[in-house]
Amino acid sequence: MTKIEVTVDGAKYADDVEPRMLLVHYLRERLGKTGTVVGCDTSNCGACTVHVDGRSVKSCNMLAVQADGHEVTTVEGLAQDGELHPVQKAFHECHALQCGYCTPGMIMQSIDLLNDNPNPSEEEIRTGLEGNLCRCTGYHNIVKAVQTAAGGAQ
Amino acid sequence: MTATQERTSSGEVGRDRRRKEDQRLITGRTRWTDNIQLPGMLHLAMVRSPFAHARITSIDTSEAKAATNVVAVLTGEDVKDEQGSLPNAWPITPDQKAPPHPSIAVDRVAFAGEIVAVVVARSAAEARDAAELVDVDYEELPAALDLKDAANDTTLAHPDLGTNKSAFWKFDSAEAGTGGNVDEAIEKARGDGIVIEREYRQQRLIPAFMEPRSVVVDPTGEQITVWSATQIPHILRFLMAAVLGVSEAKIRVIAPDVGGGFGGKLQTTPEEWATFMAARRLGKPCKYTETRSESLMAGHHGRDQWQKLTLSATKDGTVTGLKVELLADMGAYISLVGGGVPVLGAFMFNAIYKFPAYQFNCQTVLTNKTWTDAYRGAGRPEATFAIERLMDELAVELGVDPLEVREKNWIKHEEFPFITVCGLEYDSGNYEAATAKAKEMFGYDELRAEQQRRRDSGDPVQLGIGVSTFTEMCGLAPSRVLGSLDYGAGGWEHASVRMLPTGKVEVITGASAHGQGHETAWSQIVADRLGVAFEDVEVLHGDTQIAHKGLDTYGSRSLVVGGEALVKAADKVVEKAKPIAAHLLEASADDLEFSGGKFSVKGTDKGMAIGEVALATFAAHNLPDGVEPSLDSDATYDPVNFSFPHGTHLCAVEIDTETGGVKMRKYVCVDDIGNIVNPLIVSGQVHGGLVQGIAQALFEEAVHDEAGTLVSASFVDYLVPTAADTISFDTAHTTSPSLTNTLGTKGVGEAGTIASTPAVVNAVVDAIRHFGVDDVQMPCTPARIWKAIHAHDQGGGTPTPGDAAPHFDEQDVADRTAGADDTAGGAQ
Repeated sequence: MTKIEVTVDGAKYADDVEPRMLLVHYLRERLGKTGTVVGCDTSNCGACTVHVDGRSVKSCNMLAVQADGHEVTTVEGLAQDGELHPVQKAFHECHALQCGYCTPGMIMQSIDLLNDNPNPSEEEIRTGLEGNLCRCTGYHNIVKAVQTAAGGAQ
Repeated sequence: MTATQERTSSGEVGRDRRRKEDQRLITGRTRWTDNIQLPGMLHLAMVRSPFAHARITSIDTSEAKAATNVVAVLTGEDVKDEQGSLPNAWPITPDQKAPPHPSIAVDRVAFAGEIVAVVVARSAAEARDAAELVDVDYEELPAALDLKDAANDTTLAHPDLGTNKSAFWKFDSAEAGTGGNVDEAIEKARGDGIVIEREYRQQRLIPAFMEPRSVVVDPTGEQITVWSATQIPHILRFLMAAVLGVSEAKIRVIAPDVGGGFGGKLQTTPEEWATFMAARRLGKPCKYTETRSESLMAGHHGRDQWQKLTLSATKDGTVTGLKVELLADMGAYISLVGGGVPVLGAFMFNAIYKFPAYQFNCQTVLTNKTWTDAYRGAGRPEATFAIERLMDELAVELGVDPLEVREKNWIKHEEFPFITVCGLEYDSGNYEAATAKAKEMFGYDELRAEQQRRRDSGDPVQLGIGVSTFTEMCGLAPSRVLGSLDYGAGGWEHASVRMLPTGKVEVITGASAHGQGHETAWSQIVADRLGVAFEDVEVLHGDTQIAHKGLDTYGSRSLVVGGEALVKAADKVVEKAKPIAAHLLEASADDLEFSGGKFSVKGTDKGMAIGEVALATFAAHNLPDGVEPSLDSDATYDPVNFSFPHGTHLCAVEIDTETGGVKMRKYVCVDDIGNIVNPLIVSGQVHGGLVQGIAQALFEEAVHDEAGTLVSASFVDYLVPTAADTISFDTAHTTSPSLTNTLGTKGVGEAGTIASTPAVVNAVVDAIRHFGVDDVQMPCTPARIWKAIHAHDQGGGTPTPGDAAPHFDEQDVADRTAGADDTAGGAQ
């Protein structure tokens, strides 16, 4: 067991974890952050995407021990004082989700994309979301949501 | 240009309401089955067969049992007297051959991925570690893998059955009295008309829902509670009880938030059975969540047919007959719907056309591959693909535009209702209107002109235009029809409306949403029907103790069947409230009218809101004599007909003839799905459906190697399209309200998937037809397209010279060249 100290969604946690434990399992099983989900185990689908120190990371692709001393933000930590993040709002407004399973990862990746490029073209949005799979929406409305959030941020 | 943002009526129905479901989903406040943690919960891991067909000669579980925190290891031998056989609800013929389907294999495995042992431990990681310690000895048996070989019984998938042929199912319009004799029509056309003969391949696909399947079974209460990532909580409950010998009343099934299904969760699974048996034996809550590889390998697959087609026509292009001969790969076992999937397509090969003679023959075949069942569209995409590809081929034969030959043969709008050559009555539709609108949005004539220019100039990038004018039968289904087809259940749906004393309304539906947005759409329907606020309606579903009755969600049935049940239940509430309102208003019930949520006495200003009636009914202080103190109402609705949405889809692709690369340029679809409850939700269903159909055309295929191992068993190899692979779509609607339900709605869940595949393949073939190409096998990969282009020249036979690819080493080049040979399937 290895001792780690992590800040997740603004709260500090200290835990002993197995060195092989993945960050996503730590979030889900130890912290109850079940908003972040596992979709593929091979880092293809991006459903588990969170932010580590403000950058998107597939949390199935990172060990919990690697998060020691870092700050993790999940989809559960986005809304501030009951106010949804603009990207969350845009996903709702544009019907950018159906079953919602890819949504946490898709929202986290979209935020990262917009942090890098506040005014992306459609092609840049599509390329930027290439690491996140959605089976329901055909991406059409997800792209629209990112465009909407970008426009709203201006 | 999506028709989503406008409000098309003054009420809730037709309004693009944002979804009620979203709030929890965008904030991560979700209840996926895998989120559930219960005190003392144990976790399962499966030991799966690496062989497609083998005898199990011994299983040594001792080391696994001794591993840290392992509680039990179960083998097929341990549970053989209790596990029964996983059910097939649709034996399509009385003599259908179906091998017994144990959840845990006992002495033989019939596909790679089949469960041979189950390890139960205190954590999922410990269970998986110990699964590695289970030592299974196999004696490998020859595996039946190729569908055509299997149909010839070359190798037997189940030697005890003596054949791989499961069932032969036939429909003949002459025998049924619904049309003429197809063989005579074909014979005549061979003499003085046109005969088009083709063979098409429907490759094997994987539903690939995003949420891996998960099941939790808690045996610690009076009822055994089962949470499952399923589309069918009610059917699961019934069948678990029937097979496992537990009273149905002692099983409660909950489908909590379910992350997509697309038919892939329309199943009773070995994993559910194994988890149930483990929990029952151990008396502890048990959970199993699959990995993605397990999901792709052992969750049921879809499609997988060879289609032999013969179309006859007169010289002017009037189709006189269609004969269909299918081979359908069932995989290793006959699944829940099993052979019924191709049968669902049997009545759709004639599509929107007035064919006078038709015959459908289907042989279902057992192989040693993953079992197949419903995948979005289930039978109807296959049918639509076949006929829409054939109509293009007929157009080429005639030298006319593909839309022209379709129009010549389709049912004109004034001919509805129309009884087809299969005996189905299409209630409404207008193919002319949808096509005209689609052509205009697409810029059809301009694109045709551009295509000609590129052809004339020998542009290395060629343009192809694909057409698909589809219809489908959905809204499953009239129970009598299902009965006549030997399906094991009915096709009704149930709804309840509960009037709470505060004026809020609880709606209970037997449909079981897993992304469709029922909570929103059902609220809109009830808000209009009862004149209450959208926000005041709460929709409950997916728990057999709350929604006690239902037949769940698949086959684009929820709105057209479940929505009608809801309308009827809501109308009953009004009927029950009326005498109470009359009594309280001191008026005659005959003098009351109900509108906008209010009972009014005609010709007066006296009135009472339905919420007030609900409160008065709750108090029950002053009710008319003999009236029960409840407005709550139920309705169970059995549809009178299928639902027949239709539409015209147009697709333009650019093909780089030097590389075989495909780029989608434009996709327009105009779908007629009757009246629309929520245009925003509809747009989402259409977009998502389109991409799944496009994925079949261009990207996805479940590939087994020569040993029967699924090699596309991760998202690295099974190519679910990404945002970067797809484009934005131009969608719109025409409206011919359905005549068979009150709201005039038609199903939309599967439409995009059914329509888009042939539109894309027609576009691909259209782009390169001048190279002598008349087919490219799906998925139309760059390699297949390139080979099709070069099938008639030396290009395909010349290996890439080493110096043309200096960045590859020699071995690499050899591998690639060999690989390219395996993907043949181009021009015929």
